[in-house]
Amino acid sequence: MNNVSDAHAEHAHHPTGWRRYLYSTNHKDIGNMYLIFAIIAGLIGGTMSMIIRTELATPGDDILGGNYHLFNTLVTGHGLIMVFFLIMPALIGGFGNWFVPLMIGAPDMAFPRMNNISFWLLPPALGLLIISMFVEGPPGSNGVGGGWTIYPPLSSVAGHPGPAVDFAILSLHLAGASSILGAINFITTIFNMRAPGMTMHKMPLFVWSILVTVFLLLLSLPVLAGAITMLLTDRNFGTTFFDASGGGDPVLFQHLFWFFGHPEVYVLILPAFGIISQVVSTFSRKPVFGYMAMAYAMVAIGGIGFVVWAHHMYTVGMNVDMKAYFLAATMVIAVPTGVKIFSWVATMWGGSIEFKTPMLWAIGFIFVFTVGGVTGVVLSNAGVDVALHDTYYVVAHFHYTMSLGALFGVFCGFYYWFGKMSGRVYSEFLGKLHFWLTFIGVNLIFFPQHFLGLAGMPRRYADYPDAFAGWNMVSSIGAYISFSGVIVFLIMLAHAFMRKERCADNPWGPSATTLEWTLSSPPPFHQFNTLPWIK
Amino acid sequence: MAEAHAPQHDYHLVDPSPWPIIGSISAFITAVGGVMYMHEGPSWIFFLGSAGLAYTFFGWWRDVINEAEHRGNHTPVVQLHLRYGMLLFIASEVMFFVAWFWAFFNASLFPDATNGVWPPEGIETLDPWHLPLLNTLILLTSGTTVTWAHHALINNDREGLRNGLILTVLLGVLFSCIQAYEYAHATFDFAGNIYGATFFMATGFHGFHVLVGTIFLIVCLFRAQAGHFKPDQHFGFEAAAWYWHFVDVVWLFLFAVIYVWGS
Repeated sequence: MNNVSDAHAEHAHHPTGWRRYLYSTNHKDIGNMYLIFAIIAGLIGGTMSMIIRTELATPGDDILGGNYHLFNTLVTGHGLIMVFFLIMPALIGGFGNWFVPLMIGAPDMAFPRMNNISFWLLPPALGLLIISMFVEGPPGSNGVGGGWTIYPPLSSVAGHPGPAVDFAILSLHLAGASSILGAINFITTIFNMRAPGMTMHKMPLFVWSILVTVFLLLLSLPVLAGAITMLLTDRNFGTTFFDASGGGDPVLFQHLFWFFGHPEVYVLILPAFGIISQVVSTFSRKPVFGYMAMAYAMVAIGGIGFVVWAHHMYTVGMNVDMKAYFLAATMVIAVPTGVKIFSWVATMWGGSIEFKTPMLWAIGFIFVFTVGGVTGVVLSNAGVDVALHDTYYVVAHFHYTMSLGALFGVFCGFYYWFGKMSGRVYSEFLGKLHFWLTFIGVNLIFFPQHFLGLAGMPRRYADYPDAFAGWNMVSSIGAYISFSGVIVFLIMLAHAFMRKERCADNPWGPSATTLEWTLSSPPPFHQFNTLPWIK
Repeated sequence: MAEAHAPQHDYHLVDPSPWPIIGSISAFITAVGGVMYMHEGPSWIFFLGSAGLAYTFFGWWRDVINEAEHRGNHTPVVQLHLRYGMLLFIASEVMFFVAWFWAFFNASLFPDATNGVWPPEGIETLDPWHLPLLNTLILLTSGTTVTWAHHALINNDREGLRNGLILTVLLGVLFSCIQAYEYAHATFDFAGNIYGATFFMATGFHGFHVLVGTIFLIVCLFRAQAGHFKPDQHFGFEAAAWYWHFVDVVWLFLFAVIYVWGS
């Protein structure tokens, strides 16, 4: 079928040395770069959170020496790095790149060269964000202290006249361009490159999850791009989009931000849903329960995710009808989310469950995500939210869904596919130790934060009254325990790459039914030269 | 599974390419230079980065055109990829304009900060039935001339293709000139008021897209002159036409909402 010279093509497709990565057009090499990038960014963002928890361990000024703006800068950097440079690159860029083509029986992505710029825009974006921490923000101090939401007027010239916010805005622009190009690539790949017989309704749920995710990215990120462009022109060219003295409206920024921001949080969690479905099914030795409902629950979550954004803004003074609408719409999301939770449980029900490391992460995910989900239902109530807005209850809620939920999804996928990606074998002992340290650690961090929030402790402060001291200390101890889990993870990696044992093509047995397990571990540089036929 | 043999499929496994890394380094330089320029720093870093970006666009698309015209990489399924890709790109562009329309509606439907009136007091808006109407007619006409060029291409009428493209490009340039004239003669400012902010940024981003679309069509014109495009395979041209129609539709919304209703 192919009419170009095969010998020539074979030669040109096997670059070596640094060109193999810098010039890459191979989805697996690009996936590896995404994963390595995510690990590095995660260590940076994780270190920030350790500094935050050390400062907050006891009341009064601690290691930050009373520099409250530095605290806010760390909170901002931690949030943006974890969202844009850890979870998204790991789940979408890393696992999506690796396994969407493998699972649908495709030789590569639809646009292999564009795939590479999606990755390579991220290091400059991270670089810009890090630069922003070392240049002037507010008069006399460095960095952006506005949180990842960078609301004006704090992020306007009034609050941050220095260039720090401009660097952060352009960092988001590059990360956004990266994700939009990636989204176009994934949608085209999934719609056009499925192997013969691989109909939409036969696609593995991980592929469905990536499909919904990238649609959210494609349609929500341009709105963020518009919002931060307005912020940029307000700051530098005198427009007044968010400046009431010129007829503008600071709340407009919040609407635009959350029109992006709410789909964005589903972007973080949906790929984890997909991974959990694969893993629960594999290790329960059963097909996933309710495949169609599982797929369309994700579509529903994605769709409804676009019409609930203002539940982040209940305290801006919106009228009661709007609150009622956003309350009701938000609660509706609990229905498809419940479909997912119960279907995972039903998949395990009566299964022959094998508690390998990925399965521990999957079960851990189901637990922590359920906690994060039900506190989300609590917060969806506009009246309750007015009391809990900007307290540690909110911090606990979204960390249960993201830093626990989405991150458990990352590690679940990492252990599930590590052998396939690297050809190496991880140590079950170290993997399980990593899981238990993380599970105990993160629950110790965030469960007490519900109590702190209900008691009225506001977020984004470096100090607090003595009354909050006890649970903050517990929370910080949990942070150190979970960071020791990160160190075990790094030891696990080093150990796996040093040992001689090699991973089988399919280490999980006959219930691992997706196409990646039909290939060698690691797969050849170009797989599926002959397309597989799906019955 | 036999993996050693040559590909037995029609997908395009692209050769390794330097453009992504050059493009992202250029983007980084542009961003750093842009911030420095905006904060009273030197401007050359920004322009250096922009030149790098322009070089990337040129080199990248030159490669794509080579693959399409001379190397036979664009099989039917690859052409379908490109259609999806362009359509999705335009979808994301639509959402970008949603942000600017949102800002406009936020200010005009809820004019709390402008004493409850829209347009705000002291703003002398442009007469929509004057130059804006002319521009509407120009863009609509250019939509028909690009379709003329397309039909000529399908019927292998190279003369018609060339003439249609030249006319479309001229109309696009004319639109941009009239827009620039109107900007220069507007009585309200870009800075300091919400009307100017929403008007100039929404129509300005549209104007930027007209320039991009015009360049895209000029590239198609050069390619047509070089003998590119076949009656049954000419997605590069179609993508330019799709983009042009998208720009056209955005203008119709701008005209109806900002020029007519908003004044």
